[in-house]
Amino acid sequence: MIQPAVIELERITKRFPGVVANQDINLRVEHGEVHAIVGENGAGKSTLMKILYGMLQPDEGVIRVNGQETRLRSPRHAIQIGIGMVHQHFMLADNLTVLENVVLGSEPTKAGQIDFLRARSRISDLSGAYGLELDPDSLVENLSVGERQRLEIVKVLYRGARILILDEPTAVLVPQEIEELFASCGRLTAEGVTILFISHKLDEVLQIADRITVIRGGRSVATVLPGEVDARRLAELMIGSELPSPATTESTVTSVVQLAAVDLGLRDSAGRWLLAEISFEVHGGEVVGIAGVEGNGQAQLMEVLAGVRPPTSGSVMMSGEDATRWGARRRREAGLGIIPEDRHRQGLLLPAALWENAMLGHQTRPPFSRGWLVDRPGARRSTRQTIGAFDVRTPGVEVPAIALSGGNQQKLVAGKEILAGPRVLLAAHPTRGIDVGAQAAVWEELKKARAAGMAILLISADLDELIGLSDTLHVMLRGRLVARLDPQTLTPEVLGTYMTGAALGESG
Amino acid sequence: MRARRFLLGALAPIAAIVFALAVAALALLLVDINPLDAFGAMVDFAASTESVISIINRATPLFISALAVAIGFKMNLFNIGVEGQYGLSALVAGAAGAAVALPAPLHVLFIMLVAMAVGSLWAAIAALLRTRRGVHEVISTIMLNFIAFGINAWLFVNFFRAESQSLLLATPIIPDSGQLPSLNPLVEGLGFTIKAGADLQSFSIIAVLLGIGYYLLVWRTRFGYDLRASGINPIAAELSGADPKKMVMRAMLLSGAVAGLVGMSPMLGFYHQYTQDFPPGLGFTGIAVALLGRNHPVGMGLGALLFGLMDRSALILDLEGVPREIVVIVQGVVVLAVVVAYEVVTRLVHRQEIRSAALATAQPAVEGTPA
Repeated sequence: MIQPAVIELERITKRFPGVVANQDINLRVEHGEVHAIVGENGAGKSTLMKILYGMLQPDEGVIRVNGQETRLRSPRHAIQIGIGMVHQHFMLADNLTVLENVVLGSEPTKAGQIDFLRARSRISDLSGAYGLELDPDSLVENLSVGERQRLEIVKVLYRGARILILDEPTAVLVPQEIEELFASCGRLTAEGVTILFISHKLDEVLQIADRITVIRGGRSVATVLPGEVDARRLAELMIGSELPSPATTESTVTSVVQLAAVDLGLRDSAGRWLLAEISFEVHGGEVVGIAGVEGNGQAQLMEVLAGVRPPTSGSVMMSGEDATRWGARRRREAGLGIIPEDRHRQGLLLPAALWENAMLGHQTRPPFSRGWLVDRPGARRSTRQTIGAFDVRTPGVEVPAIALSGGNQQKLVAGKEILAGPRVLLAAHPTRGIDVGAQAAVWEELKKARAAGMAILLISADLDELIGLSDTLHVMLRGRLVARLDPQTLTPEVLGTYMTGAALGESG
Repeated sequence: MRARRFLLGALAPIAAIVFALAVAALALLLVDINPLDAFGAMVDFAASTESVISIINRATPLFISALAVAIGFKMNLFNIGVEGQYGLSALVAGAAGAAVALPAPLHVLFIMLVAMAVGSLWAAIAALLRTRRGVHEVISTIMLNFIAFGINAWLFVNFFRAESQSLLLATPIIPDSGQLPSLNPLVEGLGFTIKAGADLQSFSIIAVLLGIGYYLLVWRTRFGYDLRASGINPIAAELSGADPKKMVMRAMLLSGAVAGLVGMSPMLGFYHQYTQDFPPGLGFTGIAVALLGRNHPVGMGLGALLFGLMDRSALILDLEGVPREIVVIVQGVVVLAVVVAYEVVTRLVHRQEIRSAALATAQPAVEGTPA
């Protein structure tokens, strides 16, 4: 007997006032497969996912789950029939334990009390069966990002999900964690769980997926097998045009040192060294990359260089002047630009208008202000330029930043800093979370800025980006710069071994 | 889209006021009074020229108090200490004003400057505790209120009280050069007749100017931008160059300076001295008005007038045999209801904006919006 598809979508159409988000989407997901859905930001992936886990109802079309025609009324209803969503942004209570987080919202009770014993045994069953190792009693705030994600997966499995939707699951993970996630996916599908894998990282999709459906402009354009296509072909299906590359051509490095760290050290209140013996120089026209697994001091280095956290020892030089004691404002005015790693937390005023966001960090100078006054027309004009140059999709400059999609927010944050033309740019993950087209635009502008003499410090988790853009590459491990590599001859694999310390004769 | 946003914004306070009136009506029904009669009497009473003058006079210090609170609110700084700041300012400024001889406009200016300086200095204590020791300003300003009340009584009784036969404690009277004239000639010039005893205070004009100044400062200057940015996202604001300690300091000093002016309307226009029966509670009510007006100058102006109206019309309730405490109930419920209503409306507006952004960009969906 032929097993019916676990999920079958037929001609799904979803309209929002004035725009068709999904049109005639067809999708067939077989039992126990990893089915990837790829597409650019705004291609309609999110709408489709929201339909699949019951947050939105389609205007037309049929959804069949295990062969049965179904109307998914709400996320609660979706989980009842076995569809669970793992969001890109974790929804966990940091101050509770793993166990408490899992049962939160669906607590098993016995005589009016939470039956932790039963919950505990079910969690260890799930962990064991799927290779999702977790200590039920550790606090979530102590978990690594990878463990948090595992916890999210266990959470939906605990609620009985047999179909998992993973939304950009690798966006927040380091390479090792990605390997672990993929291993877990293998175990899960072997046990009969079906996985829908949303991503725009094509290499990963090719590695993990059994089948891939490409969405473009709200339509499902193709379903392919990973063996039939390569990343290039897949990207062309996604965007339908030539592919960008981060690689820079000839060197534009000048002899002027614009930014220098001299033996920087930073100790936390407990006396641990978060940064130690950090020294490097960034010349005008040079991109210096900092590679490293996240959490090895990059965020702290950024704070020290930005002037919001004084170093314990050492100094920061800007254009030959000692800037160690300068605050953030003075450094900004001396020509420092910052693309922070977490756009929501560090880079945006979400409820404020786009033009007010665009002036953030540049509020003390034209065109954003004149003397003590905010120059509203100037700020709006400049914001419109940024929006145009970086293809930020927005109805105008008056909408609040929160109304934009994540990719568009990132384009705005990166765009406003690059176009302001700083002498030194601190760029942390400048293309994180944006699609291929926008990524190319950001790379292009970074290259232009480099050619025009900007000194750029690039911190990134995207190894291709690091190798492609950087003139010099440092590896950061446990708060120290442990290696200086030549990007010309480097491969991502070799870089990866340095990042984990393996190449230095250390164990992971 | 703008007009729509404005309407939605106005919806919340109106809904809250209607709700509060309904609660008051219910309370009145419980004590066997026809609410329509009571409300009718209040409205009739409030409609006379004298009542309107009284309402404006009552609203003036409340509005200034709300401005003081709002300056802090704009960067998530809760200055609960306006009460203590204005009391101390009024006492010291009143005593100082009576002690000096200056030509007319300068004398008034001097009294105001003293009041602002005292308010600022008192607020600076809370600001220092926050920036140097991390003491939350809600705690420190509440405690500083009590200390201010104590210092106020001590200074008043021992140093600033005037020799007089009266049983009422008071500072010496400020000479004519330090008093503000009433605006009655102006009002009468417009064809209204005013019965004796009602004086429209000219400090109301200064209050309006302060409101305009507040708007320009917060929405049109770099300082205001830093202030709002720090309130919305302190981490992003700090990275953009707004030093959080300096911002706390500046906002608190400014808030304290404005708080110092709260008592100036009754002082310069009516009492001409600080007395034992100098109006209390303006600082606390100012918090309610700031909440009601959503830190917007126009909203706070309307809120202050509403509270002035309720205070004024409460006077008639005793005569009608209605417990005047009903007004306090309404005021309390309005503030609570408005907080809830704003939350609801804010969500509606957000949803609206996200939808229209999605629509205008022809983006199929908006990703990454917090649920």
